[in-house]
Amino acid sequence: MKLSKIIMIVGAALLLALFVLPLWNITLEAPQYPEPIGMNIHINKIADANPNDIQNINLMNHYVGMKDIPTDMLEFKIFPVVIGTMALLGIIIGIVGKHKLFLLWFIVMSLFGTAGMYDFYKWEYNYGHNLKETAAIKFTNDDGTPMAYQPPLIGTKTILNFVAHSYPRSGAIALFGGMGLSLVAFFVGMKEAKKE
Amino acid sequence: MKTIKNIIYTLVAVLVLASCGNTSSKKKDSKSGALSGNAAEKVYVAPGEHDEYYAFVSGGFSGQLAVYGLPSARLFKVIPVFSVDAEKAYGFNEETKPMLNTSYGFVPWDDSHHPDISQTNGELDGRWVFINGNNTPRIARISLSTFETEEIIEVPNSAGNHSSSFVTENTEYVVAGTRFSVPIPQKDMPISEYKSNFKGALSFISVDQETGHMGIKFQLIMPGFDYDLSHPGRGKSHGWFFFTTYNTEEANSLLEVNASQNDKDYIAAVNWKKIEEYVNNGGGKKMPAKYAHNVYSDETHTATSTMMNEVLVVDPTEVPGAVYFLPTPKSPHGCDVDPSGEYIVGNGKLSADLTVHSFTRMQEAIEGKKFAGEAYGIPILNYEDVVAGVVKQPGLGPLHTEFDDKGNAYTTFFISSEVVKWKLGTWEVIDRKPTYYSVGHLMIPGGNSRKPTGKYLVAMNKITKDRYLPTGPELTQSAQLYDISGDKMELLSDFPTVGEPHYAAGCPADLIKDRSAKIFKLDENKHKYAATSESEAKVVREGNVVHIYMTMIRSHFAPDNIEGVQVGDKVYFHVTNLEQDFDVPHGISMIGANTSELLIMPGQTETFVWEPKQEGVWPFYCTDFCSALHQEMQGYVRVSAKGSSVPISYTLDGDPTDAE
Ligand SMILES: [Cu+2]
Repeated sequence: MKLSKIIMIVGAALLLALFVLPLWNITLEAPQYPEPIGMNIHINKIADANPNDIQNINLMNHYVGMKDIPTDMLEFKIFPVVIGTMALLGIIIGIVGKHKLFLLWFIVMSLFGTAGMYDFYKWEYNYGHNLKETAAIKFTNDDGTPMAYQPPLIGTKTILNFVAHSYPRSGAIALFGGMGLSLVAFFVGMKEAKKE
Repeated sequence: MKTIKNIIYTLVAVLVLASCGNTSSKKKDSKSGALSGNAAEKVYVAPGEHDEYYAFVSGGFSGQLAVYGLPSARLFKVIPVFSVDAEKAYGFNEETKPMLNTSYGFVPWDDSHHPDISQTNGELDGRWVFINGNNTPRIARISLSTFETEEIIEVPNSAGNHSSSFVTENTEYVVAGTRFSVPIPQKDMPISEYKSNFKGALSFISVDQETGHMGIKFQLIMPGFDYDLSHPGRGKSHGWFFFTTYNTEEANSLLEVNASQNDKDYIAAVNWKKIEEYVNNGGGKKMPAKYAHNVYSDETHTATSTMMNEVLVVDPTEVPGAVYFLPTPKSPHGCDVDPSGEYIVGNGKLSADLTVHSFTRMQEAIEGKKFAGEAYGIPILNYEDVVAGVVKQPGLGPLHTEFDDKGNAYTTFFISSEVVKWKLGTWEVIDRKPTYYSVGHLMIPGGNSRKPTGKYLVAMNKITKDRYLPTGPELTQSAQLYDISGDKMELLSDFPTVGEPHYAAGCPADLIKDRSAKIFKLDENKHKYAATSESEAKVVREGNVVHIYMTMIRSHFAPDNIEGVQVGDKVYFHVTNLEQDFDVPHGISMIGANTSELLIMPGQTETFVWEPKQEGVWPFYCTDFCSALHQEMQGYVRVSAKGSSVPISYTLDGDPTDAE
């Protein structure tokens, strides 16, 4: 089998790791939490980083009127289908072996990825801005607008006494690695085509 | 050529560094020598840092066990054991009331003296700590992962359960020796006929290695002396247990004089392995005896009390070679075996000297059948044949001895108020330091095991006089911390204690702290009346009994408003803390309740009973400042007249709900 095919198949198969590994992680640090609390975001669920973390994040957030971290979202249904389909498509394309299709797969995957990140941003925005009217404690910014508690899309940010970290996890590495491999497969495929 | 140069440079550099190291370490030594007076530095534990040792200090007449950190001497917790404790609802809530059940009924108090940490291969293992209740003879087992009392077993045929609770090398047994001899079985008889009619029971309580559950394996029915303290053999003497006696005169009145006549009392040496074998082969007699066995479960968060009705007793004369008496001057108190198991120190509290027996010599004397006589059929060995050495005139009123890791022994002297350090084998006094005042026991972490630590010594005093700010006629009792790492002891600090610091057990913090429970898992809560989510909260009437299945979480109760309760009802509040975060308890109390508040740990369920006496609307609230909205954590119970038609109803999440 051609090298490009193998790389493409491996790259596409790497996406399947997302069914096990977390895509993203948000961790909250504060002096009153000597062991930081956090959540791991998977394509089909949000999970405790350490036992009971989500319950404890919810309890802490309820003072300022933040809603509970969702246990079921439309995304949890869509993402597994998209990832599963793309992985399968990628493997089929790999077997077929047309390197131009590799590039097409990469572009489609990039579009999905961007859409996913945008969706994640929107969720974070809502989670941090959409506060309950009945919030016990209402903080405002200097300009009088209600304070928002949106975690960073990627990076580290201070929110009141918390330092929030938001970073990709092993699942994201598998995803980006897989996409990278499809690009590599494309260039290797191009070279192989020239040789022929 | 270049390589050789490099090697030379490296060598020179290493030499320079090495010599620098030497000089700097020398400087450091001399500096620390000059600063050795700085005791404050040695007990200072910086914010956020942990103490190096746990000290479990008995509360004496408070009936409790206090947990201190060493070297800081900070009090971390008072674990309720034999006494009710409103702070933790111990003995007040329905779950722990059975823990204080005895054959005499509910006894909410005791006099707790000697804690001892469980051992494996003669070394502390940090699983449990045992402690005795003196007054109504009991032994308690406390879990060192939850720091809660998990089990209490009553000891029948016993009185003044003082020579306990010491554990054998693998925690096979905890002993409970009686201080007072009594008629066995109890009966109405003239006290003046004490002699030869009263008996002393030495109880061997077996410990299940998996669960820790205790059971009285056998009771040795000994002559009617007073059995004061005891100690297990270890190493070569593993399998033996030693008990000091006083009042071998068997006096029953004015013991101060009448029990101080014999020049020598005894240390009773008991070969428990031999008796165990005898018992396992069907030896001993079962006799009726009523005693309570109380066990607390971490799964149901509930204790049960079972009344036992017989006990196996053993007559020592029927097991030849199992018990011997070692003559020991004079009314010995402490009975302490050194880490090697060879030396048995008898602290004759009325003796000018300190007597140390040799286990090897004892064995030889037994083999040679060199007996000086017998007492009630038990052979008495010759003093000269068993004594290993004598520490000459070390102080006044020796009470108790512990050991370090360097072959030294440390003895407290009650009358001369001091700790004396002496050497095992040479019996010479090395150092002495005053205590303030009237010291009883002392403790070296692990000093009661094969592997003592040699860093700190805690002396426990009965009197403080001028040591602290005065607080009326009653002053605190106290403990003192000494540094024993050097040749000379150094007093580091004084600290007040809860109740009487009768004795303590200590161990390195690393043995316990990582295994300490943080929460109880809600999904493992098997309490009969648990509500493990708000959807399970409800109020149920059964005749004139009302069960409230209540949950608590920051910052509300569910349900919070309850109606339909009537005067004369018996209302059970079964309250589950839904939190699953480390160190977030909630409390609850009800106006007019005749019990204490409840203090409920994350994932735990506790119950209290309230019997409303008046119509009205009565509030309850969270008693532990739990969160920013703690003050809002409250609710009401409406109480109507007896026979009223107001139905049971309650609010959940602000919505009214009718009871099913
Ligand atoms: Cu509370």
